[in-house]
Formats: sequence, C-alpha cells, structure tokens
Amino acid sequence: MTEPLPGALADEIAAAVAHPPRSLLRRLVKKPVAVGALGFLLLVVLVAIVGPMLAPHDPETASALDVLGPITGEHLLGTDSAGRDVLSRLLYATRFSIAGALLALVVAALIGVTSGLVAGYYKKWFEGVSDWVVGLIQALPGIVVLLAARAVVGPSMWISMAIFGVLLSPAFYRLVYATVSAVRDELYVDAARVSGLSNGRIISRHILTVVRGPALVQAAFVTGVAISIQAGLEFLGLGDLSLATWGGMLNDGFASIYSDPILMLWPSLAIGLTCVSLVLLANAMRDTLERSGARARRRRTADLAVPAIAKQPVIDHGTGSDDREVLLRIRDLAVGYGQDDGSVKVVVEDVSLTVHRGEVHGLIGESGSGKTQTAWSVLRLLPPGGRIVAGSVEFEGADLSSLSGARINGLRGRRISYIPQEPMSNLDATFTVGSQLVEPMRAKLGISRKEARRRALDLLARVGIPSPERTFAAYPHEISGGMAQRVLIAGAVSCDPDLIIADEPTTALDVTVQADVLDLLRSLQAERNMGMILVTHNFGVVADICDTVSVMRAGRIVETGSVHELFAHPEHPYTRSLFDAVLDDVGPVSTDEHPREAEGAVR
Amino acid sequence: MLSFIARRVVSGLVMVVAISVIAYMLLYAGGGDIARQLLGQDATAETVAQKAHELGLDQPLVVQFGRWVAGVVHGDFGASWFTSQPVTDAILSRLAVTLSLVLGATLLVAVVSTALGVLAATRGGGVIDGIVQVVSLVGTAIPNFLIALGLVLVFAINLGWFTPTGYVQATDSVPGWIGSITLPVIALSLGGIAAVTQQIRGSMLDSLRQDYVRTLQSRGISARSVIFKHVLRNAAGPALAVLGVHFVGLLGGAVIIEQVFAIPGIGQVAVTATSQGDIPLVMGLVIATGIIVVLLNLVVDLAQGWLNPKVRLS
Repeated sequence: MTEPLPGALADEIAAAVAHPPRSLLRRLVKKPVAVGALGFLLLVVLVAIVGPMLAPHDPETASALDVLGPITGEHLLGTDSAGRDVLSRLLYATRFSIAGALLALVVAALIGVTSGLVAGYYKKWFEGVSDWVVGLIQALPGIVVLLAARAVVGPSMWISMAIFGVLLSPAFYRLVYATVSAVRDELYVDAARVSGLSNGRIISRHILTVVRGPALVQAAFVTGVAISIQAGLEFLGLGDLSLATWGGMLNDGFASIYSDPILMLWPSLAIGLTCVSLVLLANAMRDTLERSGARARRRRTADLAVPAIAKQPVIDHGTGSDDREVLLRIRDLAVGYGQDDGSVKVVVEDVSLTVHRGEVHGLIGESGSGKTQTAWSVLRLLPPGGRIVAGSVEFEGADLSSLSGARINGLRGRRISYIPQEPMSNLDATFTVGSQLVEPMRAKLGISRKEARRRALDLLARVGIPSPERTFAAYPHEISGGMAQRVLIAGAVSCDPDLIIADEPTTALDVTVQADVLDLLRSLQAERNMGMILVTHNFGVVADICDTVSVMRAGRIVETGSVHELFAHPEHPYTRSLFDAVLDDVGPVSTDEHPREAEGAVR
Repeated sequence: MLSFIARRVVSGLVMVVAISVIAYMLLYAGGGDIARQLLGQDATAETVAQKAHELGLDQPLVVQFGRWVAGVVHGDFGASWFTSQPVTDAILSRLAVTLSLVLGATLLVAVVSTALGVLAATRGGGVIDGIVQVVSLVGTAIPNFLIALGLVLVFAINLGWFTPTGYVQATDSVPGWIGSITLPVIALSLGGIAAVTQQIRGSMLDSLRQDYVRTLQSRGISARSVIFKHVLRNAAGPALAVLGVHFVGLLGGAVIIEQVFAIPGIGQVAVTATSQGDIPLVMGLVIATGIIVVLLNLVVDLAQGWLNPKVRLS
C-alpha cells in the first residue's frame, strides 16, 4: 500500500481512453455503486468542512474521570483512553485526515502531471532523467522514506504528506507520459502544429483534454493510498500528536483493544469506508471511460460487418462424378455471434459443401465474406461468442457440431488439422520450434520424446528447411516468416491427418516465397492423399492447386463447382468481378488490403 | 548472459550509492545535537563536545561520510550511537524475521493470484468473478494494518486460533513459527493478491486471444496444457513485473504490520532508529533495503528472460 500504482495500470488507462470524458459525471450517476461512493465521499467532505462546528466538546479536553467512558447522552460515542469525547475527535479528525490526503494529492498531481507533460511532449534528455528519478523513487519503500523524513523535519503531518505527495507523483507521471507520448504523434496534433498553434496551446487544448479523464481516475486511487499511509503513520504513533486524526484515534483504540475494542470501530469505519468509496469511484470512472473508448472502436469497425443479402439459389456447375470417399460434408451451415443484447448476429448462412479424400476445395471471397468463419467452424475453433447456430458439419459421417469437447479434441491434429494465415503470430514465442512440433506428436501419437524429435527433424527437412537441427532448436523470433509457415505446415501434417484446413496459407508471405509454399502444400497433399479446404481471396491460387471451388459473398456461397467449369463459365456477377480484379492486377493479387477477415464482425 | 548480470549489478550498485548519499545528507541536515540527546540535559557542554568528537560529529559532512564509506567498503557499518550494538548484528538478525514475513507473503500472493487469475480468465462469471471482485476491492482499498487489526480481533482474540502478538523463532518451534506469522502474512498479502490477480487475469485474457492459441488447439493439445503451459507462461511476464513492484511495497508494509503483531523485525529498528536520528543504524537499513531491491530486480529480470526468450537478447 505504500506503492504508487503499477505502471501497467497507467498504461492501460491511457490506452483505453481515446476520447475525453465530456459527460463523465452524467454517465456516472447512472451507476448505483458510483452514486453511493460519490455520496459517501461528499458526506465526508461536508463533515471535514462543517464537522468541527458541530462538535459537542473540545477534541483535546481530557478528563481523568471519563477514561474509556461508555456511550451516554453527554458523550454520544463514549470517551477515549484520556477521557476525550470520541465524537468530537472523529469530527475534527475527518478534517485533518482529509486535508492531509488532499495535500499529498495536490503535490503528486502538480509534480507528476507537469513532468509527465514535459517529458512526453518534449522528450529528449528530460525523458531519460525523469525515468531515472522515477525508478529511484519507486525502488524505495515509501514508509522508510517517510520515517527518515520524520527524523529530519520532525513529526509534522503536513510535511509528511507533502513528501508523500512527491513519492506518489510517479503514478501521475507515468500516466500522463504514456498518454502524451501516444497522442503527440496523432494526426490532429500534427495538424495543429502545422497550422502554427503554439506548444502551450497544443498542450492545453489537445493534450490536457485527453489526460483529464484518466488523471481523475488516478487521483481517486492516489487519495485512497494517501489516506491509508497517513493513517498508518499515525497508527504507528509516529504522527502529529497535536492533531486529532483517524490513525491517531486508531492508535488510541488499539492500546485498549482488550478493554474497549469499540474505540477502534469508528476510525476503522471512517478509514475503510472512505478508501473503499474512493476505489469504487475510481473503478466506476475507469469502466465508464473504457466503455466509451470501446464503443468508439466498435463503431469504426461496424462497416466491416456482413451485409445481409437475400437467399438466392447457388449456381452449381457440378463436380463431375467423384467416386472417392466423402471426408467432409457441410450442410446448411450457419455461424452466429451472441450480442450484448442477447440477439445472435449471423455471419455465415446456408453454406453447403463437400470434400472428398484427396480433393482440394477452394473457398474464395473477399474479406468478411465468411470463408474463414466457415473454416474455423469445421475445427470448432470459432472465437469466443461464436457458435454453429444451424446445419451440420459431418466428418466421416459424425456431426462435428454436436460432438463432445473431448471427442472433437481427439480429432483435431490427428484427423483434421489447420494451417493458419499469419505464420509469426501462430507460433508460441516462448517455446522453441522443436518443442512445438514434438508436443502434439507426443500427445496424439503417444510416441516417445526421442521418436517425436526424430520425426520432427524429418518433417522439417521434408518441408524444405535447410538446416533442420538449427531450426528445431530456434525460437520463433529467430526464423523468417517463410520458414515459420513451413514449420506450421510441418506441424499440420505431423500426425498424418485426413483433412487440412488451410486459411490463406500464403497471404502473409513474400511474393517470392508464396509459390514455393503452394508447391509444398500441393506435393504434401498429393503424397498423403489428404482432403483440403483452402481459404483464399486469390483466383491464381485456386487455379494453381484446387480441384473444386466455392465462391463466398456476404456469408453465403453464390457459385460452386469444379475449377475447370467455373473458370470456363463464371456466371454470378460477383464471381466475374473477382476475375476482373485478378486481371486488373499486374502480377499476384496485392494482399495488403486484407486484414484477417471477419475480425470486425467478431470483436 | 554474464555480461547482462554484470551490467544489472553495476547499475544496481550505482543506485544504492545514490540512495546512500542522499540519505546521509538528509540525515546529517536533520540530525540535531545527537551528543546532547545521548548524554541527557544534565551533561556539561564539555562532555557533550567530547562525545561529539568521539563520534566524529565535529568533522565536516564530507569527512564523516568518507569515514562511513571507508568502513562500509571494509564491511564495517559502524555501531548504533544509542546502543553501541554493531549495525550488522542489529540488522541481520531482524532482517531474517522481516524477510520471512515478506517472502511468505510473496509466495502467498503468487500462488493465490495465479489460481484466482487463471480461474477468472478461463471461466469468468459467477462465483469466481464475485470472489475476485471482493478480494480486489478489499485488497486495494483497505489499508493492511486495518486488515491486520480485523484479523487479530476475529481470529486471535475472539476465536483464539492464534496468539495475537509475538514471534516464535523457527529454530525453537516450527508450528509455533508458522502460527506466529500466519496472520501477519495474510494481512500483508491481500493488497498484492488484489493487484497481481487483476494483472494475471488481464494478461491471460490477452494471451487467450492470440492466434497461436487457436493453432495449439487445432493440434489437439489438451486445454490444460494450452492454458497452463503456453498461455500462463506468456501471461506471467507482466504479472511478475507487478509482483516485483509489490515486493518493495511489502517491505514497507511489513514495518507497520510488525508493529501490530509485535514482531521483532527491521520495522521496529526502523521506527526507533529514525526517530532518534541514529545515523549508522538508519544508513545500515537504507543499504540493506537497497541491496534487497537490487537483488530482487535482478531475479525478476532473469525470470523474465527465462519466461520469454525474446527478452533474453536485449
């Protein structure tokens, strides 16, 4: 409790608040907890201001006759170990305790906000110096510093609290610094600078408005910490004996813990309730600020959502007669996401397709068309909130959508496996490449570590990695994106699956590597006679590797059939426009414009 | 690796030196007339001056500080002005008591926070969320000495499960020792549990959203291994940083908690030495705390490197 708030919290608040809290108070009053906390704090402040006028007795008048006196009409809360009136002392103590905490807050805010603004806005050498000072301050236990300061300046509560304010200032410094660093390079601040606004005007107009909300939250936390530490010092008997404070009253009560424990109740309640109210208020303010930030973000991504299109007949070119075994049959699949209001937002609807053993089925469409959602639902690995709301996914006759968690987990990796789009983010950065290949093989095939290692090295060689031993021992950040994708492909085929779900396996790679990785996929698929669903937005890839293809748009399949037929006679206007897009491009389709699809619909 | 440790140790030593210089100057400025305090009001000016000369107090600040530094370099931290006990003796025995409290609390924070944080992140909602919210509120808001007082009233005085105050050496009786530190450790831990639980929950939720989690699941690895082996390891780094910050807080918190439970740790020495202006003793405490903090930061850094290989390089 002697520590300023962790920097992570400050960063988090700073990151969450993209918008100034224009009507923070108005939104707060809608929360009962916040209203209760605010009400209690107002009461405490009111008592601090007018309390001493209401006090029935002088708080310092001792009476040997009234030591540890009971509750009477004269002494509404009894008397303490020196015979002083407890109620009167409580009223005065509220004033001094609150004033001391506010002093610490003001000092902390002044130093922290100013230095944070300067360090964040001007950077340069000031930044290094402040970081070092902050490190130094945070390395010292606050209470030890306060004890030492007391030895130097004597037992003054005001000076102690001012010094504690200095110790608390990093809480504001880090917050303001993080916010300012984030904002100073925003376009609108650049625009203000270009339009000739002075630094002072930019800080007051654009930067302080952003910092204001999070700083309020921090202020509530800091005040709570200041109240605790001050009460702690007084409780230790190291305070200012000339002032009545909550901590001092607690100290007095503690001395009589056996004879009159009720004496501890009143200051404990005052300290506890005030601190709890401050934290509740701070939490409520932070929630409110975060929510408004989140809402703004959601609005921005809303246009990526799937537009509802009317059900229409799928243009089916037929696949000819394929007498191979049917591996996967998706029938009338619909995928939906539960919303906050209880409704379900459907992002994929009426999707039906079939994959035979040894067949590569392309799933093509633009971002947000639902192709990745369809792929994930085969693995039953939809993001949180997502589920199969209608239809069935039959793998060798069993409906995957109704299998138990354990049964579907038994199929994953061993029978159905997955190649992701973005190689680097799909390897766990904290484990070596080798251990990430060995772990699934040991779990699924039940082989020894040694045997798994041997197979992993063979696989790495098979997927074209020049020095398997070295890559096996490397961490993901030590290999290139192309290598990482080969590692992921090796992982996908490591347990001899029958069906592979490949989600844009080449999209994130350099153009020169894309062709090699596609060749590798095709040769592995042919050699092991696997079925594959290949998600892509590139007809070039489809032409290269797929036997059949389904064109998806807005969560539905609009056209499907053998690649040969569909390429020869594209009928749906959307399919044709996709072909035109390929022809318009020089070389392979540019991939920059395609963030992971359906992200907007999910988050 | 060795050069990394060496660099950290050197920068840590620089910090300890900076802290001791600042502390010495502050203490010197506020010292007052120590010799007079030692001898009492009845002593003659002559004996006071003689005492001051004995302690070297009549020398300029630089000389006094220089002597102190020369002693420290040879492992001699001097003796308390008031009790004449060597500083190393006075601090080391008590430091062991305080560290047993602080390390016990750190262990409790780590175990409870990991359990609560992982549960809250993986099966949010219902009872677990309720528990986490209450613990966070109590731990964040209520000062630890109030928690300590509450624990003493309920579990020691009313229920009689523990003795309310006092400390039993582990060498005398292990059960007695555990009984005497249980309540103080709990009182110390709640604040840390609140903060670290929130951190673990938050970074677990972040890690669970990462792409590699889906890929691990797609390989058919059990949920237990995905969560405890992979996600927790990725989430542990930020939580460890918060735990490190709280360790410093625990050292400070122990000063107050030791008073509540009448435990003979460095808290009591700190309170008396600072209020008397016993410079050798206070300086010894400052150095001891500084070294502990530097060592702690080193351990945290090494652990971060073990957790996340990317950190190892820098």
